Amino acid sequence: MNLTTNYLGLEIKNPLVPSASPLSKSLASARELEDNGAAAIIMYSLFEEAITAESESMVRFLHHQDIGFAETTEGFLPSYQDFENGLDRYLEQIRKLKESLDIPVIASLNGVTPSGWISHATKLAQAGADALELNAYYVAGDIGQSGAQVEQRYLDLLTELRSTVQIPINMKLSSAFSSVGHFVARLAGAGANGVALFNRFYQPDINIDSLRLQARIYPSTSAEALLAMRWIAILHGRIEGLSLGATGGVHTSEDAIKLLLAGADVVHLCNVLLHKGPAYISLILRGIEDWMEEQGFESVADFRGRVSALSVPNPAELERANYINVLDSYSVSSGVMT
Amino acid sequence: MSHKSMVTLDGNEAAAYVAHMTNEVIAIYPITPSSNMGEWADEWSSQGVKNLWGTVPDVIEMQSEAGAAGAIHGALQGGSLATTFTCSQGLMLMIPNMYKIAGELSPAVFHVSARALAMQGLSIFGDHSDIMACRATGYAMLGGASVQEAMDFALIAQAATLESRVPFLHFFDGFRTSHEVAKIERLPVETIRAMIDEKLVAACRERAINPDHPKLRGTSQNPDVYFQGRETVNSYYAATPGIVQGVMDRFAKLTGRQYRLFEYIGAPDAERVILLMGSGIGAVEETVEHLTARGEKVGLLKVRLFRPFDPSALIAALPASVKRIAVLDRTKEPGADGEPLYKDIVTALAQAAGDGRLASMPRVIGGRYGLGSKEFTPAMVKGVYDELTRDAPKNQFTVGIIDDVTNSSLVWDPDFKADAIQGVTACVFYGLGSDGTVSANKNSIKIIAEETPNYGQGYFEYDSKKAGAMTISHLRFGPRPISSTYLIGDDEASFVACHQPTFLTRYDMLDKARKGGVFLLNSATPADRIWDELPRKMQQTLIDKQLSFYVIDAYGIAGETGMGRRINTIMQTCFFAISGILPKDEAIACIKTAVKKTYGKKGQALLDRNYQAIDATLAGLHQVTIPAQASSAFDRPPVVPDDAPEFVRKVTATLLAGRGNQLPVSLMPADGTWPTGTTRFEKRKLALQLPKWDENLCTQCGKCPLVCPHAAIRAKVYPAGLMDQAPASFQHVTIKGKDFPEGYQVTYQVAPDDCTGCGLCVEVCPIRDRQDPNHKALNMVEAAETQADEEVNWEFFLTLPEYDRTKLDATKIKHAMMMQPLFEFSGSCVGCGETPYIKLATQLFGDRMLIANATGCSSIYGGNLPTTPYTTNPEGRGPSWNNSLFEDNAEFGLGLRLAVDKQTAQARELVARLASQIGEDLADGLLTADQSGETGIHEQRERVAALKVKLAGMDSAEARTLETLCEQLVKRSVWIIGGDGWAYDIGYGGVDHVLSTGRNVNLLILDTEVYSNTGGQNSKATPMGAVAKFAAGGKATFKKDLAMMAMAYENAYVAQVAFGAKDMQTVRAFIEAESYDGPSVIIAYSPCIAHGVDLSNNLRQQDLAVTSGHWPLFRYDPRRVERGENPLTIDCKPPSIPYRDFINTETRFSLLGKTHPDDAERFLALAQKHVQTRFTLYEQLAHLAVQKAPASE
Repeated sequence: MNLTTNYLGLEIKNPLVPSASPLSKSLASARELEDNGAAAIIMYSLFEEAITAESESMVRFLHHQDIGFAETTEGFLPSYQDFENGLDRYLEQIRKLKESLDIPVIASLNGVTPSGWISHATKLAQAGADALELNAYYVAGDIGQSGAQVEQRYLDLLTELRSTVQIPINMKLSSAFSSVGHFVARLAGAGANGVALFNRFYQPDINIDSLRLQARIYPSTSAEALLAMRWIAILHGRIEGLSLGATGGVHTSEDAIKLLLAGADVVHLCNVLLHKGPAYISLILRGIEDWMEEQGFESVADFRGRVSALSVPNPAELERANYINVLDSYSVSSGVMT
Repeated sequence: MSHKSMVTLDGNEAAAYVAHMTNEVIAIYPITPSSNMGEWADEWSSQGVKNLWGTVPDVIEMQSEAGAAGAIHGALQGGSLATTFTCSQGLMLMIPNMYKIAGELSPAVFHVSARALAMQGLSIFGDHSDIMACRATGYAMLGGASVQEAMDFALIAQAATLESRVPFLHFFDGFRTSHEVAKIERLPVETIRAMIDEKLVAACRERAINPDHPKLRGTSQNPDVYFQGRETVNSYYAATPGIVQGVMDRFAKLTGRQYRLFEYIGAPDAERVILLMGSGIGAVEETVEHLTARGEKVGLLKVRLFRPFDPSALIAALPASVKRIAVLDRTKEPGADGEPLYKDIVTALAQAAGDGRLASMPRVIGGRYGLGSKEFTPAMVKGVYDELTRDAPKNQFTVGIIDDVTNSSLVWDPDFKADAIQGVTACVFYGLGSDGTVSANKNSIKIIAEETPNYGQGYFEYDSKKAGAMTISHLRFGPRPISSTYLIGDDEASFVACHQPTFLTRYDMLDKARKGGVFLLNSATPADRIWDELPRKMQQTLIDKQLSFYVIDAYGIAGETGMGRRINTIMQTCFFAISGILPKDEAIACIKTAVKKTYGKKGQALLDRNYQAIDATLAGLHQVTIPAQASSAFDRPPVVPDDAPEFVRKVTATLLAGRGNQLPVSLMPADGTWPTGTTRFEKRKLALQLPKWDENLCTQCGKCPLVCPHAAIRAKVYPAGLMDQAPASFQHVTIKGKDFPEGYQVTYQVAPDDCTGCGLCVEVCPIRDRQDPNHKALNMVEAAETQADEEVNWEFFLTLPEYDRTKLDATKIKHAMMMQPLFEFSGSCVGCGETPYIKLATQLFGDRMLIANATGCSSIYGGNLPTTPYTTNPEGRGPSWNNSLFEDNAEFGLGLRLAVDKQTAQARELVARLASQIGEDLADGLLTADQSGETGIHEQRERVAALKVKLAGMDSAEARTLETLCEQLVKRSVWIIGGDGWAYDIGYGGVDHVLSTGRNVNLLILDTEVYSNTGGQNSKATPMGAVAKFAAGGKATFKKDLAMMAMAYENAYVAQVAFGAKDMQTVRAFIEAESYDGPSVIIAYSPCIAHGVDLSNNLRQQDLAVTSGHWPLFRYDPRRVERGENPLTIDCKPPSIPYRDFINTETRFSLLGKTHPDDAERFLALAQKHVQTRFTLYEQLAHLAVQKAPASE
């Protein structure tokens, strides 16, 4: 049985790629992912703001913790002065992962401004990253900003990044674009080697006791994967050389199979591995293999995109699924006399 | 001379370096000023630093010093080389084990930064009271006088204990040596190795108890043999002085530094000699050099090995010419006819004179000096030498204080200066604790010591306040090692820097300046206008002393260069630019190198900002032209108002002005009793911004006074008529709701001079203007805009009457916050998470509170002189407070309860017995009063007042007795307050026992999850994965569930609260706990600066702790069982955010991700699981069916 997949121009052993998560922070859990079948690993995101905030807070609480009180002359935390900043630690982690893993290691950058941090990308590549995922976390809160401007921001970031590094670049996107397909095509034109659809953001929530906003994240559900499934089905086979990754809400082998059927090159896993442990990936892989055997497929290529817009009899279903369902809910069967 | 092994460090690090290198097991417990030794050992071990034998020493924190000593005893018996670090009360707790360790002839060294003992008051500062209390333990005692000697003697002690088998107490003076930063020669590892005899190490292993070669130690001995057994050790003790001297000689060969058991310096034909040990030696040595240079026949005998005492070495070291001796003790033994060192010397001399080894007996006097780090200067030493010339010199004298009661004190000439100050550059820096002055100065010493041939010394005076604390840094530099073991005195400093302009009108900083010196001031006022901002006296001093005056706008430069409010690098640059200690360019290059070393790895942006700040400093530093005449019309304002009570004017004001050293003995309370209500005289004006109330938007919820850590925002409700007298700026509005009389007014008023500007009141304010969501009912505004008005408003607010407590419903926050806090303006940190709980308790019960307070933060902001925040209500009632120790607080509080209960019972017996005379109705009322509420208590107070009147007219012994007891007929509320270090660790045994007694006490545990006061050491309350001192590798076990343990008794009321997450639940828990007639425990979540999060986030952190499941809220009320209900009520929802989201906000957790990333992730996963299972467990317990107690038939 052949599960090999081409992803961002990299030959990988199967289509399961754990997405950016804390599992890549520890060598042990990263190795556990590999041992259980992960085909590549996307590292935790290097946040532009987090790097700045971290060094500010370290300076404040390790270097400037004096309060002038006689019993706390050395501050409150161990005088660990030699800490590295987030970037250096990240680079070190790439090196370590590359050293101890055989699968490709994909670095992940998270930022929204085309400022100096783009230059970090070179360092990531030098440290050995096989590819780079750009996780542009941007919510257009300014109602004066047009959709075109938002898209241009992404394109500018990508263009700058493309001119900086030679390694493949994957764009992780939210679904909040008015014409996802058109935008993805423009990204491909600007040099993206792949897209991951779709990012899940922390959503602000309201605490009704304190009447304040609070950030919280709810675990994803399989239902969420359907959004990515639709767009992947629409995009499959339309943009040459662009890898399609499905992310968000993949919990079971059934979820993964559906996404592959829709046309995904790879399926990203996150929540399920955080909750059930890195080893769980082997069960999902096994589920895909069992299903393939049952269906008589020899390779992933045999069924990838079988239920995409290019292959289904009525592609409009992909675009108007809900609408059609709504119609269905009240139109009576034509065989019934009214 | 600069040498590659020269290092700049303090005495604690110096001693810990040798201890860590030469031991295998290290048991530690925090106590100031020795905590840093344990912290170093823990940090080194967590970083994998190995000892002489190539293995990383095992460092373990214990629950108390008693525990540490026990663990060391065991480790020694197990055949390991083991050590510990402690002092003061901690050393007292080790004494029982010290007898055992010595009795078993186990080689070990305890390193002690000697500190005073708590008597009339606690003192964290240095003297020899603690080590002197160990004289009889059988420990050898070896003491050094300097940072270099702290390192050297640590090694000499280690080598000598192995050879002699007598355990050693190696000591040096707390703070003066433990915290002095000095340039010293680090002992190379080869030297340490050469000093430690491997055969002797092997012998320790052979003596261990071992099942392969079984033996028995620790027998019980009967009258037939115990005595003889005691005498078996004599030969070991007899041999020890010789062994120590032998070790010192070997050490001298390796290092060139020759020490002796008794070292004499001075005139070979000296007639007057001073004997002492410890850091005071430095001041005496300088005086001897000064006086002998002028032909005086004086000398100094340094005592190094105090136990075993070697009289023959003493006699041999004394010059034969000596006629008079003064022995100085840094301790006091009340009731003795002399202090310990004095008595030993007298005995040795008398014995030698008696048996002919000494030709004649010199005249020997003894005196006390330097208790609790009291200054000890060459001027005082000169006073002692002068005393020795008198016909009848005083014995048992004191020096350094004015004793106008028993006239023990010697007179000294404060203008006397030893020659040693010549050729030394002395610099004094006045800064805020938080502005980085101290760390910048430590850095400057390092630069000078490492980049120039100069020796450097730094000593730092700290504050007793935590918010807005002032520091004074004393730096000396010179070509010779610096032995000036005293502060830089008046007219000595060639450089005086004031890093905060607010000090200008508070302290006489220029007293320290020497003629022709430099004064550097940080001020936003430009050089051409600054003169007019100086008080007249300061102007005159600048003129008289011909000082050069420079000004820099450090905060301006910090702001412009992105440094925020960090001015340390800027002020350091000024120091080097002006002082000329190094050529300017070289100095700037050194600062930049130091900056790169510190910030290099943290990112280029940080580095660039610092570089920019350094460059901008040079451009922004301006010299001020000093006019010929002083011109200011103002001077320093009086410290306290003229109408303050007499004690405050005489004593407190003197302390506040920094002149406490001048107070004579007669003004000191003899038994440590001090008045309350004194923080209100200490107007510190720390806030840059103040809250401004919008009375029209406010819904009067009362949350702002609840969260204020400093009781600096208050609520009062009062009749509208009182507004006739109100100042125009006074804000008020008609109170909402029907609970108060029609038309009554309410005011939420800030105390502008007491507010610290933390902003928590604004943070908690739930009301926003719908039109302008940035505008709340309370908003921070620049202090300059409102300070003057608010000062007038606050004064008026204080004149308004308190509302009748009996008409307030304390279960409503709005009402409870109308009650007067009897805890105000403490010196706790800005945004402190503890103080709101104490304040709340005083609002609810303060007029009847007795407080037992464990040593810790709450005892420091509660009772560290000069002032106390505990105060009284208009009737003069208020909390009465005492601090016994750290370890015994629960027992101490129980004792208060026992006294109250016994006296109440006796009073009731007498009331019953005297009922016919005092009136049956009154007696009946007194005995049957329901005091469960404010009204009942108020009525009982009226009955007691009536009783007093009756008793005054009765002529009987019983009436007189009842007079002394009758106040106890009013309900007393006994509170036992302390932190987690006390309740979870050192005092847990007592907490446990007190709960078991069922007596009516209220334990308030302010849980900061770390030893906050001593600087952030790990406790059993520290959560898994948090980094703390003593847990530099992250806490590897779960936080102890103290609430669950307390609930297991089933007879205790237990609540876990977090006011920032659910304030109503907190208030309810306090009321229920207090009303419960049995033991109550409130475990109160208290965010602390030690968590590595700015406390402007105090409330958010509490909320995150609760919503992440870290801190579930619940109440366990045994009374509910009687009603057939489950006693446990869960007051919060199940964990709703990932644990990661909580810990990512606090550096105590996130630091581990940087130092030990794999452990951090592992701990996080475990902790996440743990909070969920624990919540489930609590929930299950809360839902168990409870059978109603059967009704009695």
